[in-house]
Amino acid sequence: MRISLKIWRQDGPATKGRMVDYKLDEVSEDSSFLEMLDLLNEHLLEQGEEPVAFDSDCREGICGQCGVVINGEAHGPERTTTCQLHMRSFRDGDEIVIEPWRADAFPVIKDLCVDRGALDRIIAAGGYISANTGSAPDAHATPVPKENADRAFMAAECIGCGACVAACPNASGMLFMGAKVTHLGELPQGQPERDARVVRMTEQHDHEGFGGCTNLGECTRACPKGIPLNVISQMNRDLLRTGFTA
Amino acid sequence: MTDTLIAGLYREGEPIADTKAPGGDISTKWSTRQFEAALVNPANRRKLSVIIVGTGLAGAAAAATMGEAGYRVKSFCYQDSPRRAHSIAAQGGINAAKNYKGDGDSTHRLFYDTVKGGDYRSRETNVYRLAEVSAAIIDQCVAQGVPFAREYGGLLDNRSFGGVQVSRTFYARGQTGQQLLIGAYQALERQIGAGSVEMFARHEMMELIVVDDGSGPRARGIVARDLVTGEIETHLADAVVLASGGYGNVFFLSTNAMGSNTTAIWRAHRKGAYFGNPCYTQIHPTCIPQSGEHQSKLTLMSESLRNDGRIWVPKKAEDCEKDPRDIPEEDRDYYLERIYPGFGNLVPRDIASRQAKNMCDEGRGVGPEVDGYRRGVYLDFAEAIERLGEDAVRSKYGNLFDMYERITGENPYQVPMRIYPAVHYTMGGLWVDYDLQSTIPGLFVTGEANFSDHGANRLGASALMQGLADGYFVLPNTIRDYLAKGPFGPLDESNPQVREAQDSVRDRIHRIMNMNGTRSVDSYHKALGKIMWEKCGMERTEEGLREAVEQIRALRADFWTNVRVLGTAEGLNQSLEKAGRVADFLELGELMCIDALHRRESCGGHFRAESQTEDGEALRHDDEFAYVAAWEWGGEGQPPVLHKEDLVYQFIELKQRSYK
Ligand SMILES: Cc1cc2nc3c(=O)[nH]c(=O)nc-3n(C[C@H](O)[C@H](O)[C@H](O)COP(=O)(O)OP(=O)(O)OC[C@H]3O[C@@H](n4cnc5c(N)ncnc54)[C@H](O)[C@@H]3O)c2cc1C
Ligand code: SF4
Ligand code: FES
Repeated sequence: MRISLKIWRQDGPATKGRMVDYKLDEVSEDSSFLEMLDLLNEHLLEQGEEPVAFDSDCREGICGQCGVVINGEAHGPERTTTCQLHMRSFRDGDEIVIEPWRADAFPVIKDLCVDRGALDRIIAAGGYISANTGSAPDAHATPVPKENADRAFMAAECIGCGACVAACPNASGMLFMGAKVTHLGELPQGQPERDARVVRMTEQHDHEGFGGCTNLGECTRACPKGIPLNVISQMNRDLLRTGFTA
Repeated sequence: MTDTLIAGLYREGEPIADTKAPGGDISTKWSTRQFEAALVNPANRRKLSVIIVGTGLAGAAAAATMGEAGYRVKSFCYQDSPRRAHSIAAQGGINAAKNYKGDGDSTHRLFYDTVKGGDYRSRETNVYRLAEVSAAIIDQCVAQGVPFAREYGGLLDNRSFGGVQVSRTFYARGQTGQQLLIGAYQALERQIGAGSVEMFARHEMMELIVVDDGSGPRARGIVARDLVTGEIETHLADAVVLASGGYGNVFFLSTNAMGSNTTAIWRAHRKGAYFGNPCYTQIHPTCIPQSGEHQSKLTLMSESLRNDGRIWVPKKAEDCEKDPRDIPEEDRDYYLERIYPGFGNLVPRDIASRQAKNMCDEGRGVGPEVDGYRRGVYLDFAEAIERLGEDAVRSKYGNLFDMYERITGENPYQVPMRIYPAVHYTMGGLWVDYDLQSTIPGLFVTGEANFSDHGANRLGASALMQGLADGYFVLPNTIRDYLAKGPFGPLDESNPQVREAQDSVRDRIHRIMNMNGTRSVDSYHKALGKIMWEKCGMERTEEGLREAVEQIRALRADFWTNVRVLGTAEGLNQSLEKAGRVADFLELGELMCIDALHRRESCGGHFRAESQTEDGEALRHDDEFAYVAAWEWGGEGQPPVLHKEDLVYQFIELKQRSYK
């Protein structure tokens, strides 16, 4: 395949970025989107131009490290991660525009790499169950109804990629947070800290500069793991119960 | 040390032994050690500092537990978040001797299966302890909220996994690694929030700091590069733990994450830590085959697929190009069921892998030709779909089938999947004693980065178990014996040995950035990978390994004159990061080949063509090779030195493995 690319290039956090055009011939339909970028980078290197920086690690759709905006959509046209998007989703001769995640809370580091450390800080604020090592009761001591276990699992599938934030016009992190709150809130083990968790995570979320949720649903459409919008309602219900007002 | 150069490649040194495992019956050793290991008073713990490199299961669990106990912990990973460590990719499950199914499982049986599965090349004491603490791992994870699969009654479900006849594997659909890591990561974030752990994401350890203040050398810190700013930082502590994962990426194409590397352990090796069994590589039988030269990695399909899928190739080479659905039953060779009727498609990984390669070598491989060779065998669900119905197959394996379709563009409900073996895991790693301490005092190594528990072959679902056992339960108990002697005296950046470590990192970066060569880092990595896969992969010969050593040396020399890295070292530079890692792989690769060469036997994932039975099965030589090969760095340009640790089997009888 032959494709033309428009890619966001930015030398560092403090410098201004710009779109740059590139052309690639001989892209295999079987290569992944990131392998296509690998190929571009080999060509750039040959021409003495610095390769495009982009993040990835597992390249299996599970670590959440990859992620760019492709033709205006977070992770591109299919509901998957950027690393699992394949070139057969595009047509010969297509033009593809590639930009980094867009959100105030995700400052650009270089080219297509952004800093998503805010997501970790939200978890550090309360997105856990306190269980000191070595003092746990036998795993069978507390049965979990399958229905709750399944719902907890569904929410736990979030890979923390940040596509929901990048897709949201308000750059809200509510889908990410809702997923965590639902995962832990569905389990008996998660009950003791349930109220404190949702309050502390919400405070941190707002403090990091994420926007509020206005129920547009872009997040869930972009989410590669199909985290549903109703995790946000569950989170809001939990918040209401605590009487927290932002 | 013998002065003679053996085989022109290495020297032999004094034997080595583990002196930390207590005597007595195997079932009391761990409790004895825990009792004997010195305690650190809670009030003194905050005076003691520990650096932990890696936030996979082994590192995150250790950092969370050490932080919670009150030590001052600094935690490092090269990804942008600790949650992304490679452990997250594990699909299948985690073993534990809970006997929840009442099918006769026990600590002893898990111990026995693991030692046998490792082809009698692992250490009894360590493996027993692993089996012993396994049950507590599940309790810990459930308490943290890890959503393991459950039955309708609300209790945990189990399944059985490659090569084992009891159901002891706990799982969370095809995402067990992710769910376990999220648990450990959340525990870690809790400590970060509490201030007991300081996290350094996007930081790469580049060098180990070893300081001798007159009382002997000790690991006292690391030199790290902040991958965002390019700054070279020095971090000092009372002890260092490496939990940096495996080095399968030496093969370029593997199932490992792109950034997985050997740098942390290789730098420590060069500073005096012995490297155990470097050539032991696990090849996983059920990966999606390579489709072309563009490929950057291989994707694993969970081994659980072998529970229902049947593996076959056409009987006749002419049929290999045909649509598999047009090949009648009588023209198919279900070779595993034919050769190993007792285990069939569920034979252990090394056997399944090698037979797949044999079929392709015979010219009966299927799928596209890459370099004139078809790499693939069918994994066929037609019969399972007929027997269980498509819906049942979908509910069991749906996410794997979707992943397969996404990558290959083929629908596995209609056309059989194609699979081929790929490099997956490395059983070798830094040598450690029972306390998980390396040959450098104060340097501890956990998880896949150490060598101790899996022998020459790792059974499925055992790596996650080892990572969490080491991180939650073993290391926090053994390291205190060392830390109780600390704090180890003040140290700052002006110390000459600290300076030397910093300078060596700066020099190396400077050299790479100023080479102005013509060839990309990736092209070296690919070339190395090809040599390793062809000559030090599934099947090895004396001749091939000797050639490989020569080729790697030539490639390394070329790298150090001709590699091209653009941009600057002051900021994010991914080519520079890769260059440092590939440079280390170029040294490790040679040691792997030398280790493979010296071990003239077949065992586990290591098949030496010269050592096979009449019907082509792997042949071990226990009289000569029942030892761990612990390699000492010989110095720049000098041959490595081999120290042997005899493996003594007191509690399990050494037998030839047979799955026939
Ligand atoms: C696809 C796949 C599926 C698997 N499935 C299973 C399974 O079902 N069951 C099972 O038991 N095992 C499985 N395994 C094996 C298992 O996942 C790994 O062996 C295990 O997770 C390793 O954990 P670890 O904590 O030792 O290292 P890792 O999880 O690899 O973590 C390494 C850490 O070290 C850091 N690091 C590395 N080098 C440096 C450096 N120089 N500086 C700073 N940080 C560094 C990384 O950032 C990372 O945080 C699978 C492996 C793969 C590849
Ligand atoms: S909710 Fe979905 S889009 Fe958002 S971080 Fe999680 S996986 Fe990514
Ligand atoms: S690289 Fe891991 S999810 Fe894409």
